[in-house]
This record gives sequence, C-alpha cells and structure tokens, in this order.
Amino acid sequence: MSARQRTGGRQGTAGADRRAVVTGLGVVSPHGVGVEAHWKATADGASSLGPVTREGCEGMPLRVAGEVRGFDAAETVEERYLVQTDRFTHFALSAAEFALADARFGRADVTSPYSVGVVTAAGSGGGEFGQRELQNLWGQGSRYVGPYQSIAWFYAASTGQVSIRNDFKGPCGVVAADEAGGLDALAHAALAVRGGTDTVVCGATEAPLAPYSIVCQLGYPELSRAGEPDRAYRPFTETACGFAPAEGGAVLVVEEERAALERGADVRATVAGHAATFTGPGRWAESREGLARAIAGALAEAGCRPEEVDVVFADALGVPEADRAEALALADALGAHARRVPVTAPKTGTGRAYCAAPVLDVATAVLAMEHGLIPPTPHVSEVCHDLDVVTGRARPAEPRTALVLGRGLMGSNSALVLRQGGTSPS
Amino acid sequence: MTRRRVAVTGIGVVAPGGIGVPQFWGLLSDGRTATRRISLFDPAGLRSQIAAECDFEASEHGLGLATAQRSDRYVQFALVAAAEAVRDAHLDLGREDPWRAGATLGTAVGGTTRLEHDYVLVSEGGSRWDVDARRSQPHLERAFTPATLSSAVAEEFGVRGPVQTVSTGCTSGLDAVGYAYHAVAEGRVDVCLAGAADSPISPITMACFDAIKATSPNNDDPAHASRPFDADRNGFVMGEGAAVLVLEDLEHARARGADVYCEISGYATFGNAYHMTGLTKEGLEMARAIDTALDMARLDGSAIDYVNAHGSGTQQNDRHETAAVKRSLGEHAYATPMSSIKSMVGHSLGAIGSIELAACVLAMAHQVVPPTANYTTPDPECDLDYVPREARERTLRHVLSVGSGFGGFQSAVVLSGSGSEGAAR
Repeated sequence: MSARQRTGGRQGTAGADRRAVVTGLGVVSPHGVGVEAHWKATADGASSLGPVTREGCEGMPLRVAGEVRGFDAAETVEERYLVQTDRFTHFALSAAEFALADARFGRADVTSPYSVGVVTAAGSGGGEFGQRELQNLWGQGSRYVGPYQSIAWFYAASTGQVSIRNDFKGPCGVVAADEAGGLDALAHAALAVRGGTDTVVCGATEAPLAPYSIVCQLGYPELSRAGEPDRAYRPFTETACGFAPAEGGAVLVVEEERAALERGADVRATVAGHAATFTGPGRWAESREGLARAIAGALAEAGCRPEEVDVVFADALGVPEADRAEALALADALGAHARRVPVTAPKTGTGRAYCAAPVLDVATAVLAMEHGLIPPTPHVSEVCHDLDVVTGRARPAEPRTALVLGRGLMGSNSALVLRQGGTSPS
Repeated sequence: MTRRRVAVTGIGVVAPGGIGVPQFWGLLSDGRTATRRISLFDPAGLRSQIAAECDFEASEHGLGLATAQRSDRYVQFALVAAAEAVRDAHLDLGREDPWRAGATLGTAVGGTTRLEHDYVLVSEGGSRWDVDARRSQPHLERAFTPATLSSAVAEEFGVRGPVQTVSTGCTSGLDAVGYAYHAVAEGRVDVCLAGAADSPISPITMACFDAIKATSPNNDDPAHASRPFDADRNGFVMGEGAAVLVLEDLEHARARGADVYCEISGYATFGNAYHMTGLTKEGLEMARAIDTALDMARLDGSAIDYVNAHGSGTQQNDRHETAAVKRSLGEHAYATPMSSIKSMVGHSLGAIGSIELAACVLAMAHQVVPPTANYTTPDPECDLDYVPREARERTLRHVLSVGSGFGGFQSAVVLSGSGSEGAAR
C-alpha cells in the first residue's frame, strides 16, 4: 500500500523528468516592497544603501547597510502572526504572500496540502526578537520572557509560519546557512519537486540589523566599515573594501513544470542546475577552485555549455582577494566566454542580505530575462578584473540563461543555472 | 536516475552520561538516566531546573586549544562525535576525493548559549538596547550563524563537497541525515558526515521553554523526571549532545572494505500546518511521513521491528505519536516495541534526532531494543509496548525513527539491516 492510499491526498510520482520551474516572485528589498519597486530601482541602477537607522544602531561601527524602509507587514499578514514572529519572518510571510499572488496560486490550486512544501534559508534567525527577550530575561527576570521566544528566534520560524499560515503540509526544509545557502535552498526545493512534491514555496529573508546582531557581525573581516554609501560596497574595483550588509529577501513559487502548466500558470524560468562546494571560511583564494567546480557542476546538471550563459549574477563580495578568485573561477569554468559574458552585481545597490542575497539575485535574474535588460552594478565604475561588468546603465540584451553565484563567509560556494521559461513546448 | 544504496559505516556520539559510543550504549542498554539538577549555570528561579548534561572537557577529547577557543560548545560536541565516527568507519578522508565528500549537520538553536553569554557583557546585564560592541569577545561572529556548525566539521576533516547546516527545530537531527541520505543516493557525494549538535542548556533557552510550560518541573527528582508515555509525565527534560553518522554509497563502502552497520532505506518529512508548538490528536502528518519513508524503503508497516519514538514526555506529543504509529503500522503497532531514549538522555532539541539514529544503529548492531526508563504507570491513551525500564533482545531487521518539532515538522527515517531485501532501492 502506498502512502497515498494509506493517508490520502495526491502526490506526484517521483522522477528525474520532473523539472522545477519558477512561477511566482515575492520581494521585500531595500529598493522597495514588491517586485515592481525592486525591479524599477534595480533597472535604474539606483542605490538604496544608507546609514543604519534602526533603533539603537546609530552609534555602531557599521555605518552603511541596506535597510528595508516603508515596510508594513500588517498590510499583508494578520496581527496574530506578527506578534509571535521576528522581522525576518515578517519579511518571509509577506514575500511568500506576494509570490503566491504573483504565481496566481490560490486555494483551488492546492490538490492536496501534502503537495505544497516550504523551504527557506536563514543565516541568523530572529535576532531583534531574541535581543528583546534577552533584555527581558537579564534586565528583569526569567518570568518576563514571553511565550513566543521559543518559536521566534530559531532559524525554522519562517518555514513553520509560512507552512501554517497557508496550510501547506508538504516537505518543510530549513537550510541554516551562509550566503551560498540561499541557492542551496532552491536546489532543495528542486529536489523536493523531483521527489514528488508539486509546489514548493522557497526563499530566504534576513533581518540582521538589530543592535546586538550588528555587534555579532563586526567580527567578520569582510564587513565594510566605510562611512559613505557610495564607497562602502564596490566589488571588482581597486577600492573594494568589503560588503555592506542588508535586510529583506525574496520568496519564489517553484513548481513541477507539468503541474504548473496544467493549472495554467506562467512558467517564468527553469531551475536547471545547481552544485555546491566548500573551501573554508575566509580562504578566498581557494574559493576560486571551489566556485569553478560549483559552476561546472551546475552547468553539467543543466546540460548547458559555457557559451550558452548569457548573464552572470556575481557573488561580488567586495574583498579584493575574493573578487579576484571569482573572476578567475569564471575564467576557469567558462573559458574564453568569461571575458565576453555580461557580469552584473545589482546587490551593490541593495547590500548583501546574507542567505537572501542570491535568492534576490535569482528573482532579479528572472525579471532581467523577462525585460530583456541586464541591470547594472551601482557604485562600480572602474573594474580591475578581466570581466565585462555591467556598470552605469542597464544593458538591453536577450538573456535566456542566467548563472547565479553565491559564496558564504563560512566557506560555501554555490552556483545555480536558470533558464528562461520552461523546457516543454506549452 | 537510479538511486544508490546508502550505508552507515561509522557512528560517533557525545551524549549525557558519558562521551563516546561505548558509554552511550552502556547507558541505554542499562536503562540508566543522565538527568540531574543543572550545573552549567545556577538555575534558581526557573520553573524547570533540571537537564541531562554532558560532562565534557574539550581538551580530553583531542580538540586543540585554538579549535576549542573558536568553537561553541555545540560545535565542539560535533567535532568530537565526527572524529569518533570517522575513526569508527576507518575512513581516511585524505585518500578520498574531497570534492565527493559532504557534511550535513543539524542544529535547532546553534550558538545561542554563546550569544547569550556575550549579550550579557555588551548590554551590561540587560540594561541597554544600544549595546556596547567593545565588550564582546573574539569569535562571536561564529556563534551568530549556525552555518558555523557544518563549516567547522567540514574544515576539520577536509570536506570539499556540499556542506549544509539544517535547522528544522527538533527534527533537525533526522532531517540532516535525511538530506545527506538524498545527497548520497542521488550521487552528489560518495561519503557524507551527517549528524547534529545542540548545547541549549542556558538561561534564555530554559526560560523560553518555562514560558510555555514545555519542560518538566520535577526538580525534586531529576533522575526520574523524564517519563515519556507514562501517565505521570509532565514535560520534557532538556538535554545536550551530538551524534554523527558516516553515510556512504554502499558500493563505495564495499569497495574500500568497510564494515556496514546498516542502510538508510527511507526518509520523509512533512509539516502539520497546524500550530508552531501544538499537535493534533490524530497524528496524520507524522503518519504521512512514516508511510512515505516506508514507501521509499519499499516496506510495509508490518516489516518494522522497532520504533524509536520522539517520546518527549509531553502529554500532547506522546498521544499524537502513539496515534500516528498506530495509523501507519496498523495492528502491527501493538506487537512492535517502541521506546524513547529521551527518558535517559533528555531532549537535546536539534541534536536528539541524530543521537536517536545512532541509538537505532547500535540497537541493530546489538539486536537489543533500548528501554523507556521511568515508565511505570500506563496512560490509557498510550497503549503500545513502550519497553518499560529494561532493554530487550529482539531480532531487528528494519527500524523506524520518528521526530516531531516546533514549526509543526514531522520526520521519519527507516533503517534496514544490510543485505535485507527492503534496503534495496
């Protein structure tokens, strides 16, 4: 007797012919709330980096970051979810709501609650909520710790709450990761789709700009301490001095291609290939080989030749040694094509939202393919590597295959290949 | 795509009651408990003042000073458990292709104990929101992200393939092994260090479980406080520890002449989409996880010889889980021993799932079912065979381990004796 017979509900048959496609995007970005605001600023090459204005952060040695401003979670999410969750989960709940609406995925599309899963990546959990409860505990006493601390701070909060709010009972996953983990979460969603799950709500959001969270990040030598927003995060330049952190992120609706077509959804892109490696925290020179292998692995899984890559969304850490390693990794993996393919890093306009950064890049890549426009890399002009970095203005193009890269401060390297549209004739 | 068979070739455990596999199995097979009054900090004022603690000194377990200094307690646990597992598997990672080796480690709360420690310093005892960065201590950034856990293990053993930290609350330990199982089965790696670690015995974590009355207030009798399935249970007892399993492509293991303990033959996880901390009485979603894992193993519920329970010792869990196992195994549930080692080693949140899988591997190796300590008074709503107080010899070919956690996550792993037909997949 199969699981279907025993506990009811439809679940697709597993198989390698089940392809994961993107049908909806939800974005909460320093550029704005919603896909439209994010894309407009991204395409304009605008910058949303600025001083850190969250309460208690004014005197911190971190001067420049990408804050999400004008975000009111209550516009999309019920109060009962908001009181029991941190800001990072507010972002996740809202972005999931936006993504499901964008995919026009409604209750009627849920053939069985078990056919919809939720996978998120999280780098640091609910730091602001946690700091408040630590203050209650140490400032007042253990009886002042509230009932939601146990479910708000931990890294699984967003997956759990998105699952509960939407009644999604499919495979639930949480990758607690460094930056590369955002791409690993998408790979995990694709794995779930191959394994028989029809739909996975997948992404990452971060909210690392609470005072104590910032204190924790000061130990990263890669963190930019520059004071001027236009100088803080300039990867691939002689003046690169680290990265500016950010909050926010993106959630995508990932579906099995045939299931998506059956319900009449727009198949926006295919998650075609992914691979990940590890070369250790801070050893950026070694990330060259790790990243090159990840790229080669992702291309192989996608059945994609290097020359087919139309745009690269770079990791762009902003640390000279790391930028050099990335440029060399691209050369190693793509050969001569590495010098010709447009490379962009729109995250210099938003900052780097840890796990969420590459997921936001994936969302941006989908939009770039749809708009026929490669967005530029704000704050970057004089590139000191042998790469065609898109600077200044957005570049009209017809990208059909995007390579998105992510490397993490704890040593992970990931690459993801995204193809425009689906693979089946629709 | 043909899925490969996934062997367990090594295990390592850091658990309360003794560090290392022999000590761990000794505790379980004797039915002893390691729960006691908290000594890691002064628990006065807390509702639950008891826990199962590890008597652990990093320097006694081969960790260098520099490694120990930059590693939180939970990471130290994982490093020691991983070293034991690698030794046990006779795995020489220097002779393996490092890009074909992975590490997948789970944790529920990661570095919160260290985060709390430094928080007290920078906030001057919780007196200010705009904390003073100058008062923090080195390596705090490694506590900030749980990615550190898998990163540290991968660094220590020269792993260069995919490295992941899994953090699905209290099912993390099962899910980490489940993710690794997929990675090996799908051919993305040949070898994977898979496990989990947590060291949550800290004021903030104890206080947050106090706040929802999830932990046992049996402060007067810590040794008998963790009472899964017993009518007099009143919450779980916090624990800490780590376990790491070496998962390996079966053919790879055979080619290098490794001893195979057993195989991982199925894994599944679902959400209950019901409540972050609440469970239904029906246990439908956990049953779904069990059924799906059994399908993957190509087994019927009647093939299961032992169920390693989540068995946390909260009333809602014990009833939920009993209902789920009955739903999946049918009448066979009544004939199947089902025990909770949390009665002995407490509930180490994200770590416990891997510690329980290590217990399952050992149970199969010894053909002995570990007991549920402290079980004396049956709860009419929990009417299965919970293996009261004493370990029991039994033929174990297929074993099921289940877990349930905050967020509504329900996971199940099936282990099969090597060579048994159900392991073929």
